[in-house]
Amino acid sequence: MSDKPKVAFYWCAACGGCEETVVDLEEKILDVAAAVDIVFWPVALDFKRKDVEALPDGAITATFLNGAIRTNEQEEMAHLLRRKSQLLIAFGACSQLGGIPGLANLWDRRALLATAYLEAPSVVNPAGTTPQASHAHSGSESVTLPVLFDTVKTLAQTVAVDYFVPGCPPTPKILLDAVQKLLNGNLPEKGAVLAPDTALCEECPRKDTRPEKLAVKEWKRPHEILIDPDQCLLTQGLLCLGSATRGGCEAQCTKGNMPCSGCFGPTSRVRDFGAKALSALASIIDADDEAEIGKILAQIPDPVGTLYRYSLAASPLRRKKLEGPQNA
Amino acid sequence: MPEEKFEPKIVAFFCNWCTYMAADSAGISRMKYAPNARVVRLMCSGRLDPQFVLEAFAKGADGVLIGGCHPGDCHYQEGNYKTLRRVNLLKRVLREMGIEEDRFRLEWISAAEADRLRTTMNDMVEKVRALGPLRLATAEAVGEEVAVR
Repeated sequence: MSDKPKVAFYWCAACGGCEETVVDLEEKILDVAAAVDIVFWPVALDFKRKDVEALPDGAITATFLNGAIRTNEQEEMAHLLRRKSQLLIAFGACSQLGGIPGLANLWDRRALLATAYLEAPSVVNPAGTTPQASHAHSGSESVTLPVLFDTVKTLAQTVAVDYFVPGCPPTPKILLDAVQKLLNGNLPEKGAVLAPDTALCEECPRKDTRPEKLAVKEWKRPHEILIDPDQCLLTQGLLCLGSATRGGCEAQCTKGNMPCSGCFGPTSRVRDFGAKALSALASIIDADDEAEIGKILAQIPDPVGTLYRYSLAASPLRRKKLEGPQNA
Repeated sequence: MPEEKFEPKIVAFFCNWCTYMAADSAGISRMKYAPNARVVRLMCSGRLDPQFVLEAFAKGADGVLIGGCHPGDCHYQEGNYKTLRRVNLLKRVLREMGIEEDRFRLEWISAAEADRLRTTMNDMVEKVRALGPLRLATAEAVGEEVAVR
């Protein structure tokens, strides 16, 4: 093997969009492939877990791991790749903050399996079969399946993480910047998020139409109005989380006439994204009367799903309070 | 081992101009009330970042009490209105996260209302005592939960 830096990509609880970002590098992927040796990338190359296990510890220069950690198999892979890699990079919102799978922390394993395998209207399962951790075939060894956890974890809640690349998914530009920083050895302090440390509003083309004092009397959903393509989305009563969200995405959503949903997560000064977004949105309500405030805020139908769309697993509360022995 | 009696841990955020003054005045008047609160003084209830409330619960508080000036009396004109708006939404978030309503409370208590502070504190401590310890799954507990599988 050559002495080029070795890079690995791996996929845990995620939708595959982060892998798509790598493909979206288009012809630039050839430059990346020329500069590094890709030693593990299950979605595209035929390497197996045993190939990673055969590498000496620390042999991989950098592993980009996308997806949250919600099964024991994913946890094992996170530990294995941590051991084999000099740098472990949490790639994308799920890995950094729990992402969309992190919203499963509003339920527990039993409820999730019951919905998926027993209760969903499209399910036909008269025997009530649900996934088991292991199953013994007659006359052969038992086979095992990964076990789903009650609580979805971020990568950093599982193993030590060196850098974070935000986004759902990260943009090709953000990925390329990260790879270039890596190749040049031009990396910031450990633990940093490899994206600008300013709010999205800074790069939003609607920025100048945002008034000094915002005041919202009514929240609207994007399908309910004709959205002005130039005006600050908050002034139009749309739930735009840009003011609480890290920039670096080139404002793709607001340029596409959609409010920011917060996938780049918080800036470095914020501990909890959802609480900060809550603070920003609630304080611009244009009402002082308690009943009227309640009426306006009731127009936000799903506060946790809206404010913590990508970051519930990373929040201080992490999950809905579990009933049962875990809390006893 | 005999079970220790549960004493609720309350984290209280009081504004400097009204509720903290009320607490001071309750002390000077030698009023007796439940000693369960750890009071954090803020210049204004509007300084209360919702992150503080979540951190308090995550780090072991059984209840969080916020005290500010009555509407219209804010030293900074409108800080308490901002609190009122944020608390409304925060209450909905906490409810969805399984934290009972009586564990999180906002009260307007002026500097002259030491007695109201006393009754509020006693009432909250009793309600939280009835609910029992919050016992959120902490980071460590989530790890253990995973390890025992």
